[in-house]
Amino acid sequence: MNPLKLLKAIGFWLLVVVIVVYAVFPFYYAILSSMRSGSALFQVVLLPEHFDFSNYIAVFAEQPFARNILNSVIVAVSVVAVSLFLGVTAAYALGRVSFRGRGALLLMILAVSMFPQVAVLSGMFELIRRLGLYNSLPGLILANLILTLPFTVWVLTTFMRELPKELEEAAFVDGASPWIVVRRVFLPLMWPALVTTGLLAFIAAWNEFLFALTFTLSNEQRTVPVAIALITGASQHELPWGNIMAASVIVTLPLVVLVLIFQRKIVAGLTAGAVKG
Amino acid sequence: MAEVILKDIRKAFGRIETIHGVNLSILNKEFVVFVGPSGCGKSTLLRLIAGLEDISAGDLLIDGTRVNEKTPKDRGIAMVFQSYALYPHMTVYENMAFGLELAKTSKETVDSKVRGAAKILELTPLLDRLPKQLSGGQRQRVAIGRAIVREPKVFLFDEPLSNLDAALRVQMRIEIAKLHSDMGATMVYVTHDQVEAMTLADKIVVLNSGNVEQVGAPLELYHHPKNLFVAGFIGSPQMNFIDAEVLAADAGGVKVALPGGGSIVAKVAGGALHAKDKVKLGVRPEHLGPGSGEATIPGNIEFVEELGESHLLYVRTPDKKMLTVRASGDAPVETSQSISVAIPPEACHVFAADGSACRRLAA
Repeated sequence: MNPLKLLKAIGFWLLVVVIVVYAVFPFYYAILSSMRSGSALFQVVLLPEHFDFSNYIAVFAEQPFARNILNSVIVAVSVVAVSLFLGVTAAYALGRVSFRGRGALLLMILAVSMFPQVAVLSGMFELIRRLGLYNSLPGLILANLILTLPFTVWVLTTFMRELPKELEEAAFVDGASPWIVVRRVFLPLMWPALVTTGLLAFIAAWNEFLFALTFTLSNEQRTVPVAIALITGASQHELPWGNIMAASVIVTLPLVVLVLIFQRKIVAGLTAGAVKG
Repeated sequence: MAEVILKDIRKAFGRIETIHGVNLSILNKEFVVFVGPSGCGKSTLLRLIAGLEDISAGDLLIDGTRVNEKTPKDRGIAMVFQSYALYPHMTVYENMAFGLELAKTSKETVDSKVRGAAKILELTPLLDRLPKQLSGGQRQRVAIGRAIVREPKVFLFDEPLSNLDAALRVQMRIEIAKLHSDMGATMVYVTHDQVEAMTLADKIVVLNSGNVEQVGAPLELYHHPKNLFVAGFIGSPQMNFIDAEVLAADAGGVKVALPGGGSIVAKVAGGALHAKDKVKLGVRPEHLGPGSGEATIPGNIEFVEELGESHLLYVRTPDKKMLTVRASGDAPVETSQSISVAIPPEACHVFAADGSACRRLAA
């Protein structure tokens, strides 16, 4: 190996190390902190001295944290299901049926996602109160849809446009209705896009904070991000960092697992679809 | 099996009309080929018959019933697409069974029909494969199989062979011809390849910018083209068109002056022509050859293409036009040689100034 090649290899791996440390260190430090308590939290250490899970037990003991996790799961799964259903059906209409004002409609959908969350907060609050959904999970699901629908519709529309028109026509000649075309022909071809958008929608709903804080009142209806933010210590002046870190680690793990499972499939699906079948 | 009748069919996309009133009747069990240059509307016409585009005006009858508003399925048609359009996530079996399944056919019937079609098309060993594991020719066969199992009244083919290589194309052409004679089905076939048109068709429909130029049997179009467009489109290499002036015309023949001083009495019915009319004299390359006499055009060989079984001479005539001459074998000719091209009077076509042909008296 000549020196130049060696230098290039070293540079490459150095860059990899920097990126990995940058991405993983905060999470690693959260795990470390979650195992410590009291004044030990404020000393900087890089390696765990002992494994102490008392913070994890405390998180569940001191508030209805299991209930909060269940709420988050219900909200995130419902948001993904509703977004994908509406996204696919809207994508068929926007990507396949030509009608007047289609471009304007698409731009409007994209424009919705440009508003900052705070801007729609008060309007959304009134809407949810009027619908009688205040302090309930359906209210949160409805509110989260405004965050996830624009990009699901947009991405799925783009993807559906790329599917060959002859496939749809062949299915029509075979006697398929538009619904059957979507369900039996397009959906199986679109699943890489469905997995990607579904995962993004899940993460968005899972981490959503502002709506969840505003539209809920009782601890039993809160989702995880709000519950974590509202964890209090023994006195007003103490922030229980150990508990907060333990709770954060608990709710981050499912996301990491989901991404790891689906990422392999996303890559596999994309490459399989790349060669024209 | 059924006949298809088009009555003054029109199609407009927005304000632009692309099919201008097509009248056509396709008989039961007939193999009809639509040919024309790209953009002539042949595919659009097929898609109108299929029901993939709405008919703007006119009536479409299949088997005696008006089907303008019916869905493709209810018209009893099956279509084979240029890009095959196989469902990529389904096996060959599932691809062929899809339409039957949607029609709620019983499992046993589906199975026997799919296996029957697979046997005809020699696809039986491939039934469990996915389309991406098949070659181009096999995919095309699956697409045809998908059409067969539905037992349609009319088969529609949209340039089915244009994605295949030359050798495979010849083979599939023969298979389609065999399929037609075996099944006795009405077939409508769109192509831009005139060899496919000539070999497959019972009847050729030549289309040009949304109009039917001529309908007829392949050899009828070859020997008796109705106008300049059909004459130029059918036949390869293209027919030669020579600008000429009528010297005398009657029902028994037309005498025209040739470039370079000669003249010829073309054996066509020239009742409508008068002396001094400007006409185009059409002669196919295969009918020209070196010769002498009055009915000749002198020229200079500019270029020779040797094809093996014949060779093509490109001859520059005195009016600066190019004549294509086809002669058999490898005749000893060289470029820059001068030649006298003889025109046989019975092989002549004469086209009036508006492009319409005078009826030929010779067969």
